[in-house]
Amino acid sequence: MDKSGEAYWKATLGLVSKILAVWFLVSFGAGILFADWLNNIHLGGYPLGFWFAQQGSMYIFVALIFIYAKKMGEIDRKFDVHE
Amino acid sequence: MDLQTTIYLVVGASFALYIGIAIWSRAGTTSEFYVAGGSVSPRLNGMATAADWMSAASFISMAGLISNMGYGGGLFLMGWTGGYVLLATLLAPYLRKFGKFTVPQFIGDRYYSKSASTVAVLCLLVASLTYIIGQMTGVGVAFSRFLGVSKETGVYVGMGVVFTYAVFGGMKGITYTQVAQYIVLIFAYTIPAIFISMQLTGNPIPQLGLGSSLSGQDISLLAKLDQVVTELGFGRYTTTTAGSTLNMFVYTFSLMIGTAGLPHVIMRFFTVPTVAAARSSAGWALVFIAILYTTAPAVAAMAKTNLIRTITPGVVLQNADVYGKDNAIQYEERPDWMKRWEATGLLKFEDKNGDGRIQYYNDKTKDEAVKAKIDAAGWKGNELTVNADIIVLANPEIALLPNWVIALVAAGGLAAALSTAAGLLLAISSAISHDLVKGVFSPGISEKGELMAGKIAMACSILVAGYLGLNPPGFAAGTVALAFGIAASSLFPAIMMGIFSKKMNKEGAMAGMLAGLGITLFYVFAHKGIFFVKGTEYLDTIGGANSFFGITPEAFGGVGAMINFFVAFVVDKFTKEPPEHIQHLVEHVRTPRGSKAVDGAHA
Repeated sequence: MDKSGEAYWKATLGLVSKILAVWFLVSFGAGILFADWLNNIHLGGYPLGFWFAQQGSMYIFVALIFIYAKKMGEIDRKFDVHE
Repeated sequence: MDLQTTIYLVVGASFALYIGIAIWSRAGTTSEFYVAGGSVSPRLNGMATAADWMSAASFISMAGLISNMGYGGGLFLMGWTGGYVLLATLLAPYLRKFGKFTVPQFIGDRYYSKSASTVAVLCLLVASLTYIIGQMTGVGVAFSRFLGVSKETGVYVGMGVVFTYAVFGGMKGITYTQVAQYIVLIFAYTIPAIFISMQLTGNPIPQLGLGSSLSGQDISLLAKLDQVVTELGFGRYTTTTAGSTLNMFVYTFSLMIGTAGLPHVIMRFFTVPTVAAARSSAGWALVFIAILYTTAPAVAAMAKTNLIRTITPGVVLQNADVYGKDNAIQYEERPDWMKRWEATGLLKFEDKNGDGRIQYYNDKTKDEAVKAKIDAAGWKGNELTVNADIIVLANPEIALLPNWVIALVAAGGLAAALSTAAGLLLAISSAISHDLVKGVFSPGISEKGELMAGKIAMACSILVAGYLGLNPPGFAAGTVALAFGIAASSLFPAIMMGIFSKKMNKEGAMAGMLAGLGITLFYVFAHKGIFFVKGTEYLDTIGGANSFFGITPEAFGGVGAMINFFVAFVVDKFTKEPPEHIQHLVEHVRTPRGSKAVDGAHA
């Protein structure tokens, strides 16, 4: 792989790790590991930990994929590897 | 018009619609079967993917399980949606760039070995077959209610219908049919939820209703439910985890990577026009899936509330005493929906204390205060058994919604089960005929012979799945979870390492897949019987149920995947690195430019 190829792959991995960090935090973090603690806070009638496990994490997943697709498009164009 | 006639009409009309669209759009699309996505917008393609993906497990079974499990049921919701993030970021764009249309083909080419692709076919077959067992369970439930027959007869009828449907062939590949199925399915799911949310909370949006107060009261629905189920000896609805926090963690993880590793889901992303489209179409698919998945927890909690409200009418909406002598309804005065479901054998009543009334509670509770109150009330055990798989289908009946809504739900359940079962059967038949028979055993086979092999494979899978579906290893969603565990432990690591590690070689990948699959099946079969045949369990060998840190067999795929990664890594270290051209292939797959339309030819 040439220099620009390596930089492109590095940028891709950087973005993917950021996306997956949020993915992990909202589901495994807020929805499971910290759910008990978050349940002390309420969102309307929802205890917050319960909300993350049964509602919130899913909304954030959807947003994450679109953010990923958009940012990846920018990276593709920056390194001139887009289709 | 009576209910049964309405159901026949609505289900019949929905089938006529699918077949009509299939015939109407056939001429234009047959020739571009495999690139059907090319001329379809990402949104429509996302809808079709969602219909393909949401099965009997999602539609019929999931909310019922959440209803029983409470908070812990969130693992299905997070697991089956979170996998799409992995799919979009780790696999889909790269597999699209690779440009072949089956997973074993990718494994075979990337690991430069026919044996590797054969191992992948094996993993794919085990996972898909297990998945179909779950579908047959769901189809059996739907047909038994729909035709008013026993669950067994329901499964036989389902086998016949699925077979006809799958052999219809191209039907599944036509995006517009799936779009129609999605629309039927999503209306069937959300309309009753909207009605029920209105009834209970006054808020028409179920996602908000679940977080609202009960109509005419200043206590939230969830708080009230927590209070009532605790009094009945069940775990608190909003905090009960699935087994343990560790088990819930591993279970969710297993479903997520299983989603990303299931071949019939991955295949959808081979058909989009570009790499960029592969990324965003995962997002659109998840939007349409999330509409159902965020409604499901509302359906679950509200169905539980309504079930308790049916049996003890004053308890939820007024503050009647759960243990009050006259507060439970008399069996003779039970609503019609209970009678209808009793015919299927999926709902049972047994008057243990002979008072003619229905007592529904958890008789295995460990709570001493609850036990004392139960004894004082003269209850002799739980008298009502409700199979979790009937909750969604019975939900509109429980809430006394109009007949057309009940009929619509029946149509939706069948659409969900049939579309996914047909998709899986096609994945199995293409794996056997294309990857195994043509790819490995007899490369010179004629196209006709290949097609025949595929059909025979399909028929055999239906017979096996139907037989095992009669004595399923669990509820539909639980069985499907096993299939995800198998995919998670075998295919996901091999595909991921194939993209993210240039140095992973064929020995490592094959050893990893076999180790992951082997250990997962070993643990699952110990609990559920060898190849899910009842009576062949060997729990003593592994030291009792859930003996591995309390992890349930459904969740074990996550552990299997870790073992897969580890074994692959170790074997890779001690064997030759992959040839130069394979390392170039990986570099090529990583950049979007130069993506071509997919083709099925073996390299």
